[in-house]
Amino acid sequence: MAAPSAVLKSEWTKVRTVSSTMWTLAAALVLTAAVGALLSGVMNATYDDLSRAEQLTFDPTLVSFFGMMLGQLAMVVFGVLVVSTEYSSGMIRTSLAAVPQRAAFYVSKVVVATLLALVVGLLTSFVTFFVGQALLGDHSASITDDNVLRAVIGAGLYMTVITMFSMGVAAMLRSTVLSLGLLMAFFFLISSILAGVPATRDVARYLPDQAGSAVMQVVPGALDSDKLPYGPWGGFGIMCAWAAAALIGGYAVLKKRDA
Amino acid sequence: MIEARGLTKTYGAKTAVYNLSFTVQPGLITGFVGPNGAGKSTTMRMILGLDEPSSGTVTVGGHPYRKLPNAPRQVGALLDAKAVHGGRSARNHLRCVAQLSGIPQRRVDEVLDVVGLREVAGRRSKGFSLGMGQRLGIAGALLGDPQILLFDEPVNGLDPEGILWIRNLMKKLASEGRTIFVSSHLMSEMALTADHLVVIGRGQLMADMSVRDFINTHSASFARVRVPDGEQGQRAKLTAALTEHGGQVQPEDDGALRVAGLPLPRISDLAHDAGVRLWELSPHEASLEEAYMRMTQGAVDFRSTVDQRSGLQQPAGPVPPQGYAAPAPGYAPPAAAPGAPPVQPGYAPAAPQGYAPPPPAPPHAPAGAAAPAPREGEAPR
Repeated sequence: MAAPSAVLKSEWTKVRTVSSTMWTLAAALVLTAAVGALLSGVMNATYDDLSRAEQLTFDPTLVSFFGMMLGQLAMVVFGVLVVSTEYSSGMIRTSLAAVPQRAAFYVSKVVVATLLALVVGLLTSFVTFFVGQALLGDHSASITDDNVLRAVIGAGLYMTVITMFSMGVAAMLRSTVLSLGLLMAFFFLISSILAGVPATRDVARYLPDQAGSAVMQVVPGALDSDKLPYGPWGGFGIMCAWAAAALIGGYAVLKKRDA
Repeated sequence: MIEARGLTKTYGAKTAVYNLSFTVQPGLITGFVGPNGAGKSTTMRMILGLDEPSSGTVTVGGHPYRKLPNAPRQVGALLDAKAVHGGRSARNHLRCVAQLSGIPQRRVDEVLDVVGLREVAGRRSKGFSLGMGQRLGIAGALLGDPQILLFDEPVNGLDPEGILWIRNLMKKLASEGRTIFVSSHLMSEMALTADHLVVIGRGQLMADMSVRDFINTHSASFARVRVPDGEQGQRAKLTAALTEHGGQVQPEDDGALRVAGLPLPRISDLAHDAGVRLWELSPHEASLEEAYMRMTQGAVDFRSTVDQRSGLQQPAGPVPPQGYAAPAPGYAPPAAAPGAPPVQPGYAPAAPQGYAPPPPAPPHAPAGAAAPAPREGEAPR
């Protein structure tokens, strides 16, 4: 039995020594912060054009996190690649020959990538918040305002859980192309379309990204959006349940199928 | 020691390995041979616990691999050369594997030296040639200094020097008392490397014996006998005489006879008694490879048929038919002038009387085509 610490160390070396890790995580930070900054600036300039209702529920924290829409895709790529490159390269056979206990291998991989995603996610959320608020000028929020710190930390957690969800999906599908094709389309298109259509809106609220993003809102019903049937942490909990289901499914596949 | 008992693996309706039982002993190189698709890699993966057998068991040192204590220090495996993340350097790849198995880091540089990759250790393995990939895979197998080593097709992609290197490496490892299980579809390679053979075809065990026994059991020596060209009657007479005295006679494509079951002097005596002149009487030993080919003939999954090349052929000029003997370079120059009678290649520099050269090859039977070359005896007179 390979010692758990040895497997963790190895997974850390694996993640550290491929350039895709650096690129995807850097892209997540830059995209989230840059798009957030851009939209914050635009919002600041066009604040007076907003409707009265929108002005009343203006949520500067949420506005600065608009870039998450793109940044999360980079985290999805990171999560998928961590798992799927084992299969695409055939490294999985080397890994499992060295660690026949598949649970130890899987848990280590998920733990290492999750911790890394958490660090990058929190860094991203704080950078994004402060850059965005600086550009929002008079309409900005302060980190000491009610619920703002929760939303900023929540944004970092959101990116982390998105990564975990992606790892679970990749472990179930065992293919880079399949996993990315599915998750990209889902997060970028399907989820927003379902949320935009009134008929499906009530269901779409329970999708992982829709539910999870509640944690980034400070003002309930921000920017004149509908009232959510769950609170910020409630929504985040729903997202965590999705991630847990995906990870358990991934483990079931790894355990059962031939490598 | 590796022990397989009734090992079976099915994928849906396809049976990859069926009821395979064999033992791999320490201190020997055991060759695992079979045609492509015979189930060698599947078996290797089952030994390593990567694939779950549909039925039967395989144990390593008495334990199923997944329950083997400290598996990576006991078993090292090269499965496929490119089972490496291309974006990682060779050294970092080995570092990951070493950490997984709790092997000290300095061992990484040691094995890099053993396989001769020290110089390129910092380069991404994406740019490695197949041979370098094999060396990296072998380095990974050696990391834990294991007593049991599995190599799946290790000579693939290696240059002659690399092949010699891995052959000597395996011999040295076996002489240290380790168990070496090496698969190959190249019987000629195994003839030089292995001490013991496990032969499978279509997933079933065909032989489990030492190389010497395998050759003794499955290879047959024979004699090639040739009567003068164009003398059909002589050939028939000799065939009858040899068969009568217990020889097995098979005609060969080029008109010679393949005679088994009679020693050469006896063949000569019988030919003399029958009044048949011989142009050739030569001993032949079927190689390990031939024995293997004969044995696995029915067990090949992928067999090629003749390429008809219809509609692709250019009418060839006067090309010597593939007859008698392969044209020796500089011996019988092919006819240069178009339309000139072609020179019959081989054997006799001057065609004897009554043995007219065949007409220029007709367009429908050019050289290189699969059409059978005319037999000597059928040449027009």
